[in-house]
Parts: sequence; structure tokens; C-alpha cells
Amino acid sequence: MLDKMIIGRYVPSDSVMHKMDPRAKLLLVFLFVCVVFLANNVVSYSLLAVFTVMLISLSKIPLRYLYNGLKPIFFLIVFTFLLHILFTKEGEVLFKYGWFEIYEGGLMQGLFISLRFTLLILVTSLLTLTTTPISITDGMEELLGPLKKWKMPVHELALMMSIALRFIPTLMEETEKIMKAQTARGVDFSSGPIKDRVKSIVPLLVPLFVSSFKRAEELATAMESRGYRGGEGRTKYRQLSWKTSDSLLMVSLGALAVMLFLLRS
Amino acid sequence: MRITLDDVEYRYQVNTPFEHLALHDVNISMESGTYTAIIGHTGSGKSTLLQHLNALLKPTKGRVFIGDRTIEAGKKEKLLRPIRQKVGIVFQFPEHQLFDETVEKDICFGPMNFGVSEVEAKKLARKAIVQVGLSEDILVKSPFDLSGGQMRRVAIAGVLAMEPEVLVLDEPTAGLDPRGRKEIMDMFYDLHKVRGISTILVTHSMEDAAKYADDIIIMHQGTVFKKGTPQEIFSQPEQLLELGLDVPDTVRFQLKLQKELGVRFDHPCLNIGDLAIEIDKAMKRGNR
Repeated sequence: MLDKMIIGRYVPSDSVMHKMDPRAKLLLVFLFVCVVFLANNVVSYSLLAVFTVMLISLSKIPLRYLYNGLKPIFFLIVFTFLLHILFTKEGEVLFKYGWFEIYEGGLMQGLFISLRFTLLILVTSLLTLTTTPISITDGMEELLGPLKKWKMPVHELALMMSIALRFIPTLMEETEKIMKAQTARGVDFSSGPIKDRVKSIVPLLVPLFVSSFKRAEELATAMESRGYRGGEGRTKYRQLSWKTSDSLLMVSLGALAVMLFLLRS
Repeated sequence: MRITLDDVEYRYQVNTPFEHLALHDVNISMESGTYTAIIGHTGSGKSTLLQHLNALLKPTKGRVFIGDRTIEAGKKEKLLRPIRQKVGIVFQFPEHQLFDETVEKDICFGPMNFGVSEVEAKKLARKAIVQVGLSEDILVKSPFDLSGGQMRRVAIAGVLAMEPEVLVLDEPTAGLDPRGRKEIMDMFYDLHKVRGISTILVTHSMEDAAKYADDIIIMHQGTVFKKGTPQEIFSQPEQLLELGLDVPDTVRFQLKLQKELGVRFDHPCLNIGDLAIEIDKAMKRGNR
């Protein structure tokens, strides 16, 4: 079970991308998602693609991992492509067979939208592949910092996120343990009719919930007994540092946005 | 029912960067009706080994014979349920597996999975709950309203109700108070004696191993370091101490007498009565 969890997760390395400030990477992803929508012709889309390829080469992530990230939404990409081909009726007719017609506009739109999808997924999975969950949380807390003025519980949200991430492996381990115990009592999780398999989830879920609640309570007690009282005046063990490379990336993203704006039709 | 492991090897997460050899060259045999203790450090492969005993894990090399069934590396095995009915495992902290509304339903869960009718299962539950030293009126309660010790007993009853021929116990008394510990260990020993259930006990406690087991298997770094009767195992206590394992208090005392006063003994003593007799003999011989 743990074998499968390697996919779509952090891949350790010491590439430029890995060493960047998580804040920069988060901003990059967020702004990239906005900038993508500026592109609307062949030139601007190729520019976007070139930028993405550049980011990928900076991260030194094996393409296999990126492909794995794309696999689950492959269906969605194909689906949108087909939708556009069938329903966008603009420009010249390229192909006609009875009632079935493909327009030039439909083909282009379909290609563009699928490309847009692919690029978005690639860039967002680059973030999770090059950044540990804990630094993503740190970066997010810093970026959302200004919202504290409006009484947003930023620190608490970040804490919740890091606790959730911290306990994923623990929960997996626990699941495996309970599955084994129930298998030894005659439950069959992997074969048999669907009805029985759904039923067999109950002896797995109830103990998991019980132990999770117990663990949550213990964690709260442990934190309280060590004097934890939220974000106010709390110093950090992991300091974030904004480097020149981070600024450079932001500048290049800005340049990309300007060029896209000029090139779009 | 006899269980034999023939040249068993087990690797976790084969073909990933996390591959890890947990067991290798394990050749052991547990005869029908015997009481075997498996001892070793954390990480010595005890838990991995015991999961082979009812085919929860399949060896990555070698063979496991469970009664008349053979589990072989690389072969797809079907119908494992009968094996699991015959070999009951009480895992560490078994109370974590309780889930049903009432104690009775929880205990009936195992037997009913193996095709026992509801009426019959309820009879088994009644029998099992008395066996573990609880009263029958606990059957209607929710398992989550019980104390830790009671939950442990209910979970054990859930395995006993399956009426296994072999009972595998993974540190069944961890975290219990001394009295509960003794009661539960004595109960398992009674079951072994009266009903002739083969028992395999994984433990850290040398005292328990010396007291109950017919055979002891010492695991070290994923393989069998030593096997034999308690007498054989504890005749060389230094060897065990070198591994960082414990020996029973009586044996430790003998060792000390030997070192400090030069008293010699013919054999290791595994209980205080025996030790007193041997010391008396040695004094009369006057060999110091």
C-alpha cells in the first residue's frame, strides 16, 4: 500500500527549483494559473509551453513522475478536446461527413484548452514534487500573513494543514495493521462480491475513527502541556529566505505576462 | 496442526528504493500441540515471521507448510480462509480491532466470517467470554465502554471464539498490570493444556518463555539465532546477554553465584524452587 504513495509526492533532489523559497514557488503557481488565460493564439501558447519546459528542466524531475501526475486527468483532457471539436462552430469547415462537421475554430480551441489544462497540471505538480509538504505549509502561512489583520486564523489553518500532512503516514500504517487483524478474523478485503466488500469496510473504518479521535485528544494534551498557545509571538525553527533566484523567477514570470499581453490577438 | 517454515525469506516493498530484507534463511518447525516461544529484539523479524503462520504474508523465497497446505513463494494462493480459521492470531494491542455495537456481536464476527450460524456463534461467544475471565452480562455492553484490560480480554475472546487449532500470540500482555498479565498468561496455558491448542507466543519476557514454553526460538537480525528447549537455551546465558537479551532472574542469580563465589551448577534453574534445591546440593557438595 505504501508503495503506491511514492507517486505524485515530493522527490528529493538539489535542483534550482528545490532550493527555491516555497513562497516564490507558491506565488509562481498562483500567478501562472492567472497568466495562462492571457494566451489565445499559437504564438502565445508556444511561449507558455516554452516557459513550462524551462521550469521542468530547472527542477530536474524525471519525466516519469510528471507523466504519472498527468495520468489521472488524461480523461478530462481528451473529453474537453472532443467537446470543443463537436460543439465549437467557427471558421472554415475542415471535415464533413453527413451531419458531422469539424470546424477550424473547434480544432484550434480544443487543442488550446487541452494544452492549457496540461500546462496547469504540470506546473502545479512541479510545486508538490519539488517542495516538502511542510515547507508548502510554511510558505502559505507567510503569504497569508497579511490576512491576520482581518482576523483570519492564518497560523491555525497552517497548523491544521501540517498536522493533517504529518498524520497521513501514521494513518496508512494503522489502516494496514487493522486490515491484517481483521483479515486474520476471516474478512476478505480483496475479493468476493461488491456487497460483501463494502460491508467489510465497517470493521476497518470504525477502529480507524476511534483511534484517530483518541490520537487527536492525546496530541492536544501533549501540545497544551508543552505550553503551546498559537501563533502570537511564536518564533520559527525553519526560517524562509528569499534569494536572488526567487526574485529572478518572479521577474521572468512578469516578463512572460507582458509578452503574452503583447502577443495575444 | 504442524507448521513448518522451510528456508523462508521475506522482503518488504520489493523493487522499490525502500526494499528491505526482514527475514532470511528461516528453518523452523512447530509441532502439533506444543507451546513455542519466539524471542528477539524489536526489528529482529518476529512480527514478520508470525504473519507467515496464517499466510497474511507470503514468503518471497522458500515454503511454509501449514497443516496440509503449502504456501510457496511466487505462487498464487486461493482460499486462505480455512487457514485463518485454524490459525488464530492475537495481534499486539488487539483491542484496537474492536468495532461492533456490542461485545457479543464483536466476538461473533470472527466465527460468522468462517460460516458459523448466528445461534452457534452466540454460543461460542458465551463460552469465550467466560474463558477470558469476564462475566456474561458484559456481552450486551458496547466494547468502547469497557476498561483497557476488559477490551483486551474481549478482543482475545473474539479470536478464541473462532476455535483455532493453533493460537499465535503477539505480546498479548503488553501494557497490562502484573495481575492481569499473569491471569491472561495462565489462561492461555490452561487452554494449551486442556484443549491441546498449539500455542506460539511472541514475547520479550524471558520469564514467560521459561515458564510456559516447550521450545524457544531466538530471532536475531532476521534469522533464527538459536532454538531449543528452555534448558538448552538458558544453559549458555552469556550468549543471550551478549545479544542484549534478558535471561530469567533465576538464571541471572545462578550466573552471579558462579562468578562471585565459584558455585557450579549442572543445569539452569527456571524457577525458584528448583534454584533452592540446586543451591542446597551445591552447598552440600561444598564445591567453592
